[in-house]
Amino acid sequence: MKFNKNIALFIPCYVDQFYPNVAIATLELLEKLGCQVTYPMGQTCCGQPMANAGYERDTVGTTKHFLKTFKDYDYIVAPSGSCVLHVKEHSPTVPGLESEQHATQHKIYELTEFIADILKVDSIQGSYPHKVGYHASCHGQRGLRLASASELHETPFNKARQLLKHLEGLEWVELTRKDECCGFGGTFAVTEEALSVQMGKDRLEDHLVHGVEVLTGGDMSCIMHLEGIARRNKQPLQFKHIAEILNEAIS
Amino acid sequence: MSHPAKASEFLEDSAKSKWHDETLWFVRDKRDTISKAIPEWEQLRELASGIKDNVLANLDNYLIEFEKNAKANNIHVHWAKDAEEHNQIVLSILQQHRCKAIVKSKSILTEECHLNPYLEENGVEVVDTDLGERIVQFLNQPPSHIVLPAIHLKKRDISEIFHEKLQTEKGNEDPTYLTHAARVHLREKFLGAKVAITGVNFGVAETGEFVVCTNEGNADMGVHLADVHIACMGIEKIIPRRKDLGVFLRLLARSATGQPITNYNSHFRSPSPDKEIHIVLLDNGRTEQLGREKFKNSLKCIRCGACMNTCPIYRRSGGYSYGSVVPGPIGSILSPGLDLKKHSSLPFASTLCGSCSDVCPVKINIHEQLYEWRQEITKDQGTNAKSISMKIANGIFAVPFAYKVSGAMMRGALKILPDSITYSGLNTWGKQRDLPETPKETFKEWYKKNRS
Amino acid sequence: MVQKEQVVSSRDNILAKIKAIPMEQKPLPEIPDFELKLELIELFIQSIKGNKGEVIDQKQLREFLEINRFTKIIDLSKNFPDLGTLELVKDPHDLADLEVAIIKGQFGVAENGGIWLTDDNMGLRALPFITEHLVIVLEEKSLVSNMHTAYQKIGNQHSGFGLFLAGPSKTADIEQSLVIGAHGAKSLRVVFI
Repeated sequence: MKFNKNIALFIPCYVDQFYPNVAIATLELLEKLGCQVTYPMGQTCCGQPMANAGYERDTVGTTKHFLKTFKDYDYIVAPSGSCVLHVKEHSPTVPGLESEQHATQHKIYELTEFIADILKVDSIQGSYPHKVGYHASCHGQRGLRLASASELHETPFNKARQLLKHLEGLEWVELTRKDECCGFGGTFAVTEEALSVQMGKDRLEDHLVHGVEVLTGGDMSCIMHLEGIARRNKQPLQFKHIAEILNEAIS
Repeated sequence: MSHPAKASEFLEDSAKSKWHDETLWFVRDKRDTISKAIPEWEQLRELASGIKDNVLANLDNYLIEFEKNAKANNIHVHWAKDAEEHNQIVLSILQQHRCKAIVKSKSILTEECHLNPYLEENGVEVVDTDLGERIVQFLNQPPSHIVLPAIHLKKRDISEIFHEKLQTEKGNEDPTYLTHAARVHLREKFLGAKVAITGVNFGVAETGEFVVCTNEGNADMGVHLADVHIACMGIEKIIPRRKDLGVFLRLLARSATGQPITNYNSHFRSPSPDKEIHIVLLDNGRTEQLGREKFKNSLKCIRCGACMNTCPIYRRSGGYSYGSVVPGPIGSILSPGLDLKKHSSLPFASTLCGSCSDVCPVKINIHEQLYEWRQEITKDQGTNAKSISMKIANGIFAVPFAYKVSGAMMRGALKILPDSITYSGLNTWGKQRDLPETPKETFKEWYKKNRS
Repeated sequence: MVQKEQVVSSRDNILAKIKAIPMEQKPLPEIPDFELKLELIELFIQSIKGNKGEVIDQKQLREFLEINRFTKIIDLSKNFPDLGTLELVKDPHDLADLEVAIIKGQFGVAENGGIWLTDDNMGLRALPFITEHLVIVLEEKSLVSNMHTAYQKIGNQHSGFGLFLAGPSKTADIEQSLVIGAHGAKSLRVVFI
């Protein structure tokens, strides 16, 4: 089943630098699902860290570069809910490129929503015999609506869970606090370090207490923060981006 | 001290901060359970939000209508442009009635105006009658949560202060015993007070009546025994019609504490014969906020506290870490409007997770306003080290070559530096977390080698 | 240009500031009919129980009064010829040691146990609060489902004071431990007639 559109892979800057395996897994996964994927080499960053720190107005150059890099593609797909949300909602207007910007904001997708909603893949077939704990990264969940929020009165849904549901041997672990924030929050991780770490510790405790082996999610920023704490405290958890799980399960 | 420093201090007592977090999570959980028992819950939020939008768009007309109807029912209506004038009006009513001792039920607005110290300086004894507020009053502390004022205290703390102030048995921490002691003590105050002050939950423009909601019944014990009732109301607390109360009363207690309604919901329309009701309408920066397009929605707030209960930061840092009368997420979007510099760390005391906006019964876009305040604050701070480094970052990310070079430099440095330097105190990330391992090549390098 | 100094009242100052702000109009929404299709009596009883009150019958009411040997009872309900022992006083301060007040409620709200009372039902506004124990007499057929139907039923009724009372006085301000009987009545009993 070939998907006849040109897809551009957008890899968050810190994934490019520190987690290339997640990017490779994303690329391979999309290709296995029948996609033609290019990685525009000139890409750098979406501008989110600076905008969240209060300098959205200073990210015009970064945003302009982003628009130019991705303008010739039918879809842009990224293994990151927060970067995609930023491009859609918080990138500053680039004067002269308004229509391009509008088009870009409507063709950019986070990985699991692209697979579920655009490729219309119901679930992935394969094997992944592990107890998996899902971390619902906030921007993806509440911003992009990748999963229902526990505080809203709505029918529960979770796009990642849907994709994982037919993996043989996979046990989805229910947590006590299903969607509490991990505490990364960008510069918050450093400016409010004590709170950030406490929040991360509490998330990890929730997973450990319920017997999770592999902690997964859609945003490496959250996972990087949680893994950093777990490693420091020598806690027995593996950390995988959902792209890695899905890609591994298929092969 | 800014929020980060106070939060860090709060977390040092790990048993207490864990208890604070779990207790407030429990309240959030109760709210979830009861909201899911109402099929039309999200519709109610949408309605409440729409009603409040209409109120803010027509505030002057509704205030005029409210005043007209209240006056027709023998209620005295006063207008105060700021906290100072509010306090002066209250004092002058007390002086007219030669009153030197009053009782007061929960009103965050009176905290905002610092009414208590003002009245005390002018020779008036003020007794806060909500149990939680009386406790913090004894301790000379402000409330730490707008609905649960003493949530930061354990029963031992309360037992100790009650032993000192009310001569309860030393070491008796039983909540029933302590509450009963407070009942006896405050009953004396209720019976002796000639003037009682309350807040206002909702003012109804259509009828000129106003509503006060409590579980303890302390607002009513005060006003029905006193000769004069002074109600302090923010101008944004208006709602258009009596039937709108149906929407708000269904949302308020469920959002605040997870109960279907408070046990007392008193509708004041006109005074008893021979008694007086005064209402003081307060501006104090609300008209300024109303003029801020991006932030005016914060005035829809009905002071339920749900945003505080759901906020992972509030739960782990406590109300005092915010340094503002109204703390938590809603406080962080209201307070910068009052004093941008003083409260500049508040919009950053958040990960922008968005849970607050989801629980807000009037659908204030709290997390988006936090983001917007950050933009305002950095503009106000002008050029400083942080803004320069942000401009540099923009430069790096705007130019691929610069990005490649700086990325390589950073990763290269991390590989070579010994742990003792990487993890020295200068590196805040590394205090309690490991840095990610540096891979042998970036994705770009891998792609270039393997795919292009 | 000479400006005449004018003292603008705070009222005019505030209203003028509001008026000066350009506002996009937002319509006032209509409230739909959220009718609850459930057994009202059962739901009301559950709600009162949840609020730490209880629904009892007339026999249980008499037992309650006898067992406790109450001597200070004011009954304004006109449903029981023999229960009241005191007349209603003029000054609410004289109610400070009242043991039981029995009053009639106008209607109850099933979704939350709220009972609507106005000046006519209470005699003195302090009565339902200052009494040690409160009993409210309510007609079963008066129940409505939710707050929307409640306000429809109230309509344009004009009373100087109105109250939705849903339970006894309570507080959880001491470490979130629920204590019944803070400053108002220590108990609420609802008697259906």
